[in-house]
Amino acid sequence: MRKNILNFIITLILAAVFSEFLPWWGVMVAGFLSGLFIPLKRIAMFIVPFLAIALFWASYAYSLSSTNDFILAKKIAVLFPLEGNANLLLLITGIVGGISAGIAGVFGNQCAKLFRK
Amino acid sequence: MKYLKFIFSLLLALGVYYGLNTKFGSVPPLGKFLDPAHGIWQNDKSESGENGELELVGLEKPVTIHYDEHLIPHVFAENNNDLYFTQGYLTARHRLWQMEFQTHAAAGRISELIGVAAINFDRGQRRKGMVFGAENALRKMQEDPETLQFIEAYRDGANQYISQLDPSDYPIEYKLLDYSPEPWTTKKTALLLMYMTDMLAGGDSDLEYTNFLKKYGKERFDLLYPDFFDTIDPVIPKERDWSDWEVVAHDIPQGELPLDSIPETIEKPDPDNGSNNWAVSPEKSYSGNTILANDPHLGLKLPSIWYAMQLATPEKNTFGVSLPGALGIIIGFNNDIAWGVTNATRDVKDWYKIEFENNDRNAYRYDGQLRKTTKRIEEIKVRDGKTVFDTVVYTHHGPVSYDASFKGNNQKIGYAMRWTGHIGGNNQRTFLELDKAKNYDEYVAALKHHVAPAQNFIFTSATGDIALWIQGMFPNKWEGQGKFLMDGSNPDHDWNGFIPQEHNAHIKNPERGFVSSANQHPVDESYPYYVFNDGYETYRNRVINDFFRSKEKFDIQDFKDLHNNNYNLKAAELLPHMIENMNVSALSAEESEIFEALKHWDFYNDIEKLGPSIWEAWWNKLVPLTWDELKVEDLALDNPFQYQTVYLLKNNPDNTFMDVVDTPEKETAKDLFLISFKQAVEDLQTWKAKNGDYNWGNYKATFVGHLLQALPAFSRFNLPIGGNGGIVNATKKDHGPSWRMIVEMSSPPKALGVYPGGQSGNPGSKYYDDFVDIWAAGKYLELDFMQDKDQVQNVLFTQQLNPKP
Repeated sequence: MRKNILNFIITLILAAVFSEFLPWWGVMVAGFLSGLFIPLKRIAMFIVPFLAIALFWASYAYSLSSTNDFILAKKIAVLFPLEGNANLLLLITGIVGGISAGIAGVFGNQCAKLFRK
Repeated sequence: MKYLKFIFSLLLALGVYYGLNTKFGSVPPLGKFLDPAHGIWQNDKSESGENGELELVGLEKPVTIHYDEHLIPHVFAENNNDLYFTQGYLTARHRLWQMEFQTHAAAGRISELIGVAAINFDRGQRRKGMVFGAENALRKMQEDPETLQFIEAYRDGANQYISQLDPSDYPIEYKLLDYSPEPWTTKKTALLLMYMTDMLAGGDSDLEYTNFLKKYGKERFDLLYPDFFDTIDPVIPKERDWSDWEVVAHDIPQGELPLDSIPETIEKPDPDNGSNNWAVSPEKSYSGNTILANDPHLGLKLPSIWYAMQLATPEKNTFGVSLPGALGIIIGFNNDIAWGVTNATRDVKDWYKIEFENNDRNAYRYDGQLRKTTKRIEEIKVRDGKTVFDTVVYTHHGPVSYDASFKGNNQKIGYAMRWTGHIGGNNQRTFLELDKAKNYDEYVAALKHHVAPAQNFIFTSATGDIALWIQGMFPNKWEGQGKFLMDGSNPDHDWNGFIPQEHNAHIKNPERGFVSSANQHPVDESYPYYVFNDGYETYRNRVINDFFRSKEKFDIQDFKDLHNNNYNLKAAELLPHMIENMNVSALSAEESEIFEALKHWDFYNDIEKLGPSIWEAWWNKLVPLTWDELKVEDLALDNPFQYQTVYLLKNNPDNTFMDVVDTPEKETAKDLFLISFKQAVEDLQTWKAKNGDYNWGNYKATFVGHLLQALPAFSRFNLPIGGNGGIVNATKKDHGPSWRMIVEMSSPPKALGVYPGGQSGNPGSKYYDDFVDIWAAGKYLELDFMQDKDQVQNVLFTQQLNPKP
């Protein structure tokens, strides 16, 4: 459990740092590196970085959009189409970020296994 | 096993990366798009708090910008260079995507952004010679050192903004379509001016008329498409006497016009691209100050075609609306004058039949000899596709738009375009000079640079002058020249000089105490140059002029009322006749009920009324039924003008055109009224079953659509606003008053203005569409014409731009 929490926190920190200078796939790098150095068991190797980045993206998006009354979020939720529901857009944002990091995390774990022979 | 897992997870990771980093069809790259650090969430913000100081390379002195509550910037610069630099910077800051998209459209470069779907559009733009015209205009601007200096300052300002952008700052449309902005250039300013020229002076019906002439002959042509209607109220009042001019007129040459049949023509700009303007003299004004109004009618788009701003230096102070991409204020006022424009709608585009020597098209017949062509190879880059190359042949007339590869089928025959839009002029200078003009003489001097699109420039000064010049370059034509396709090998068919600029029709301080224009006939038959009816408006102008003849004094409320006037003169002139000639006994109970409702209508297209919906539904069935002969495959024909349609329905009810071709009976106008009414009722009932009550507001359902194919998410729908085409409040479904301005020349001037949009081009900003409801309600913003850069009232926030050392 401790490793799960550690991986979660490291993934979050790395993602936050990478977002300053890497494009969106910085979250994949974050998931990959934390998977590489803090390997996890079974499904956790996906779920932990998934949750970390889903939380990161959704809360980051919320913090930007909420100060502007979700004006654009509601419009994008018409474009997609999500019937103008900004919360659904936040959810999808979290899922997209989460999957990216989760899959990268799985890949990081597999690399770690490879190197540890 | 672990190798397998490794490979599998690697592929999965790569797959996720690829899947979320790539645009599929219209679906943007989702990872990139939704990333809160770089994607759309970064655009979910409004500009309210952007105060502070910025350092920019290229400024000479500090510039102060006060934003008022509507996000209108009030720019105070120390000199012109800094002023236009700042205009470029601010326009890019608020309208970057639009600036670039409109110039891409002008240049025929939309395929680069959206792929194969736009190739035909792009080819059309290239074949119209849009880039050719822009290059000619740019050359003219470069010849004038001052204009050159300012368009470069504007470019540098725009590029200062673009160069400091991080991809996370890109306007949302870039993220949606997944591309990046390119640097602004002076050529793009020329392209934007071409975009306007095409919109306003790009229409003509020469080839359609040629088809009609060939099929039906001259007598019927003159009946359906007369040069003058039986009633006109021209821009320049009929009282104007031209007899003291020495005029060089050209005789009609010998030789035949080529009578070809043309199956298909290039798409035309909306024929309702037009406008109203009017001004009253001190004697007719409630306050003794002249008052001026203008409302240009264009496609209703978001971001708006207009961007409001105040531009001040110690020498001048101008307020009004600008066109993103062009310098200065286009419609506006300063402390001494106010001006506005409506489209002059003159025939400045003609077509010549070209016979090439052979299939190589290196030469064409002209004056009994062969003349060399030049060729321009147009490269159209296509997103996710192969680049298209299109060779456009140029003659001394202009580009051969139609040939075997474009809407034609004969390798040796083509149709070349002669257009004032290609001549190239320093139109930009007209606006730079108007911005600082102080009186009538300076206004007249400013206009001289304006070539195309020809405009009715209305003017007033604080000293009490009112005036109107119809300005542009107009070929001095022989009677009938350019109405039909002409013979490109006959030198007598060439344009032979232009109407001397001082002979462009104009009027100053007319006795009637007002000047006005609404795209109607510029002059009556007495004007000593040939003026051909190229689709002049016949309704708005009469309502406007009758209003100003109706009483002694006018105030601001009168001006507002006239902008919002929904009186439907066309209906008033035709509907009573239709009602009188209706075969009521043939109506069902349901139809009778609707007919009775229409009888009580007062001819005002107000939103809560049913009458306008019934009338418009009826008219929209009646017109195609009347002109069913002209809707044929493989032959391009245009319907006659509305005024003439009404005239013929009333005065020639038995004309053979009234017959419906598809029926064995021989119909008259009276039969058409009945048939079309029944069709209209059926349509209305279907509409009602689907959408509910068909009051005019619902039925018309005006919307303001985003520039990108009216993306619903970024557009505004079902706006409660009355009017229609041909009504002073010319608001159609997606077209109408794109800016409304009223200026009273007090000291300082008091001005009102509004447009259906907002200052910000960002759909995520609260300033994106905040004027739309105000506009729809017929209300205005009070424009705060700041006289002093230290003003503190009505300032939302202030930006200070400093030169970067």
